[in-house]
Amino acid sequence: MSAQAAEAAGFRRGLAAFLHRRPWVRLSLLLSAPLLWLGVAYLGALAALFVTAFWTTDTFTGELVRTFTWANFRDLLTGEVYRTITLRSVGVALAVTVIDLAIAFPVAFAMAKVASPRSRRWLVIAVLTPLWASYLVKAYAWRVMLSSGGLLGWGFGLTATVLTLAYLWLPYMILPIYAGLERLPDSLLEAAGDLGARAGRVFRTVVWPLAFPAVIAGSIFTFSLSLGDYIAVKIVGGKSQLIGNVVYDNIGAANNLPFAAAVATVPVVIMLVYLAAVRRTGALENL
Amino acid sequence: MFSVMPQSETAVRLRGLRKEFGTVTAVDGVDLDVQDGEFFAMLGPSGSGKTTVLRMIAGFETPTAGSVELGGRDVTRLAPFERDVNTVFQDYALFPHMSVLDNVEYGLRVKKVRRAERRERALDALRSVRLEGMEGRRPGQLSGGQRQRVALARALVNRPRVLLLDEPLGALDLKLREEMQVELKALQREVGITFLFVTHDQEEALTMSDRVAVFGHGRIEQVGTPAEIYERPASAFVAGFVGTSNLVSGEAARAVLGRDGTFSIRPEKLRVVLDASDAGPAPDVGSDEHAAAGTVAEVVYAGPATRFVVDLDAGGRLIALQQNLQVSSMDVTGLRGARVRLVWQRRHEFAITS
Repeated sequence: MSAQAAEAAGFRRGLAAFLHRRPWVRLSLLLSAPLLWLGVAYLGALAALFVTAFWTTDTFTGELVRTFTWANFRDLLTGEVYRTITLRSVGVALAVTVIDLAIAFPVAFAMAKVASPRSRRWLVIAVLTPLWASYLVKAYAWRVMLSSGGLLGWGFGLTATVLTLAYLWLPYMILPIYAGLERLPDSLLEAAGDLGARAGRVFRTVVWPLAFPAVIAGSIFTFSLSLGDYIAVKIVGGKSQLIGNVVYDNIGAANNLPFAAAVATVPVVIMLVYLAAVRRTGALENL
Repeated sequence: MFSVMPQSETAVRLRGLRKEFGTVTAVDGVDLDVQDGEFFAMLGPSGSGKTTVLRMIAGFETPTAGSVELGGRDVTRLAPFERDVNTVFQDYALFPHMSVLDNVEYGLRVKKVRRAERRERALDALRSVRLEGMEGRRPGQLSGGQRQRVALARALVNRPRVLLLDEPLGALDLKLREEMQVELKALQREVGITFLFVTHDQEEALTMSDRVAVFGHGRIEQVGTPAEIYERPASAFVAGFVGTSNLVSGEAARAVLGRDGTFSIRPEKLRVVLDASDAGPAPDVGSDEHAAAGTVAEVVYAGPATRFVVDLDAGGRLIALQQNLQVSSMDVTGLRGARVRLVWQRRHEFAITS
């Protein structure tokens, strides 16, 4: 071994020993990059959004007016149209979540508890495959199916939007429930049957309560993704508008970034309320 | 009481039971009768089919062929909830989101037992496994031994015809296991329910059960009392699995025993006699005894006893277990390489048929 190589090896060993003795340095080295990303890029952008929501734009010049005002939120709360759109968006997000849950639970249960290991692998692939295709392609595929003369031909509107969103976000509901059910030991289901419970009661008293945190995790995905969506509704929604559209139109056509920011806080607040409600059930502790 | 005592009835009857998983035959034709009130062990190495048999009795697996009868009723095709048996699972399978009391009451709630009676029976069951005062806890807050007792109480509170136990003590440490062996036996005597338990631990099977079925390769090799199984193993497999097996066969059997075949002798039946001379029988060998000369290959001091591994001059190797009555480790470990004579009574040799 050359003297240089020996020196390099010695340095590396010294560094390793130094890090071994100082867990704090080790931890900060590991976390500095992700924390920088989370702090600056992620939370910073979110903070900028909130700050912007309290500004206005000059109606003549289109310039940002950086003075604090509640005006955007006042408009938002008093405007009948915004209330309708918010309720409609929440309704769509709820419908998507319920539909996805109804489809995802049996699929996830079959994957976790019924299927052989071999078919389980295929089912996982089948669930993941749609995620590899572009969002736009999938939305347009539904447009083709729903258009008059298409496979379904049901036309466009809110129902079409709910169907398309439910399709788009289904994997995000299946995967957490699948993971949750897979962690559930088979012996618990057998024990319930052994104690005299039929399938319905086993589901009600054992499977559902223990899978509930996973259901919540999935519902957070489907609910929040639906609440923020504006593309699917543009493609299959006909004339319907959701919160996302209001944000998008205010950034683009209306050139009113502050008002868009104010509107964008609505889904954030709704999600916070949802999470607080879920927290009370204790489901987040088992996440 | 003037009622006629019922004849000892069959609690579990298995006939021609088979189970195949794909191309693997897990259970290959099992016939078995377990009497009412028996403490019965199914003993065997992993993969011998004993757990699959238990699961078919509980109803978790459907047999490929054959039948399962419980108390004279054919239950082969019935679901678990239609069978009058309850199971104590290897991992206990307690419901983690319910309190101890709710766990124990589960079966009674399913059967729509009135609330007051339910509570009383559950508390009774918890008392019988010495867990009073724990009813409000969650399973996660209990130790392994306590969880095991909850699992027992949860099964027993339903007063099943047969209690099935799948490696019930497997997850406990040695001290606790020995305590629970005694307790389980006492509990079974107290409740009078048939206990049918699966274990791979021969000591557990021998100490706790009234009768033992030894499983190997999906079949029952032998059924009998612990003493029968241990003293008169029916096959080389049983001799090898239950206790330490000393097999003498071929050339050595002819030379030492003067007979053809394979014979088994338990290590504790052998007497180790230090011997300097190689010729002729030692003076202390009686007419009802056999002796074999050999060299000590290994000495293992194990506290209460010492194990001698002896290479016989006639071929083959025997293990002799000697109580450490007078000797200590200092005396015995120096014996490696010594010339010895193994002496045993002829009635302790058993011909092995297969």
